[in-house]
Amino acid sequence: MDGIHDLGGRQGFGGSLAERDEGVFHDDWERRVFAIASLLMGLGCFNIDEFRHAIERLDPLSYLADGYYGRWLGACELLVRAADDRPTPGRVANATALRELAAPPRFAPGDLVTTRNLHRPGHTRLPGYARARRGTIALVQGGWVLPDTNAHGRGECPEHVYAVRFAGEELWGEAAEPGTSVCVDLFESYLEPA
Amino acid sequence: MSDGHEHEQADPRALRAEALERLLTERGLVSTEAIDVILRRYEEDVGPMNGARAVARAWLDPAYRERLLADGTAAITELGFGGPQGERLVVVENTPKVHNVVVCTLCSCYPWPVLGLPPAWYKDPAYRSRVVREPRAVLAEFGLELPSDVEVRVWDSSAEIRYMVLPERPASSAGEDDEQLRARVSRDAMIGVARVEE
Repeated sequence: MDGIHDLGGRQGFGGSLAERDEGVFHDDWERRVFAIASLLMGLGCFNIDEFRHAIERLDPLSYLADGYYGRWLGACELLVRAADDRPTPGRVANATALRELAAPPRFAPGDLVTTRNLHRPGHTRLPGYARARRGTIALVQGGWVLPDTNAHGRGECPEHVYAVRFAGEELWGEAAEPGTSVCVDLFESYLEPA
Repeated sequence: MSDGHEHEQADPRALRAEALERLLTERGLVSTEAIDVILRRYEEDVGPMNGARAVARAWLDPAYRERLLADGTAAITELGFGGPQGERLVVVENTPKVHNVVVCTLCSCYPWPVLGLPPAWYKDPAYRSRVVREPRAVLAEFGLELPSDVEVRVWDSSAEIRYMVLPERPASSAGEDDEQLRARVSRDAMIGVARVEE
């Protein structure tokens, strides 16, 4: 979804990083929320893609105001409520999203690809700033559960993932700093030959 | 309040967290013991000292460096690290001409097995929004000014692959042993917002 979480390249979201918050947990409730969310995922109450998408679905003001573990808290509340207040640890909790794929990777390092202009209403891991952009396959990363389906109970549908490198100018035009690039890990279905 | 305690306005999030924990405990899904086990792991056992061990070993042992760059997960398994968020660890090497920096623009993905849990700045909008767009400016705010002939590569951890930077070894560290080298390697250098100083 084109939500508030999709922050790459957005402006106005923060000033200088010269003074920055080095803390991990600021309060005890944050520690407990971290542990609770981890436990629930470990039990298979929800998977990590559902969890990330629940965070994405928080209202934008809460997303920005509640802080990092405030987002985790909001996501847990949303998921617990959605399971009719009874998350069921009936599902198998997979420790890893890595999957063996029968089909070989479609792309190889050095291939030129274009990202599709996807605007999926649900969960996806194609950042908005990298949509409809030309890049080069840098790494072939193995087969992985597809978040776009796994977050919505539509199955794992694993695909090959690629680190795709985009030149700074390709992403930001004249605003790009010279000599910069961004590599993004993208699922095969996000890509087309350039 | 008549109980004599100092009362600030209670943080609503703290109250919500308590309510959530109570509900889930009643349902038998979480317990204080289970919570403590997780917290102990991530507050004590896992942290940047792990990554520093891998870096120091790579600096001292060229064969280990090759293995670390070829398959980060296998290489850190040799040192006894691994676990969640480490199924595929890719280690990217800084050179005199290439500087790498890691981010997760969409949330906060971070190489837990080698660096522990991320600091707040890594997970907050300012870093996530800016480092893909203006990495040189961001690095300068961290105190790292890179010459224009050094290429900057930003790695956006948008899938389950996790990245760690193998910083350049400073010349002044020649002759130092494993323990001395480890002490030099900061978390920030392994995320790519710093170099290891001379």
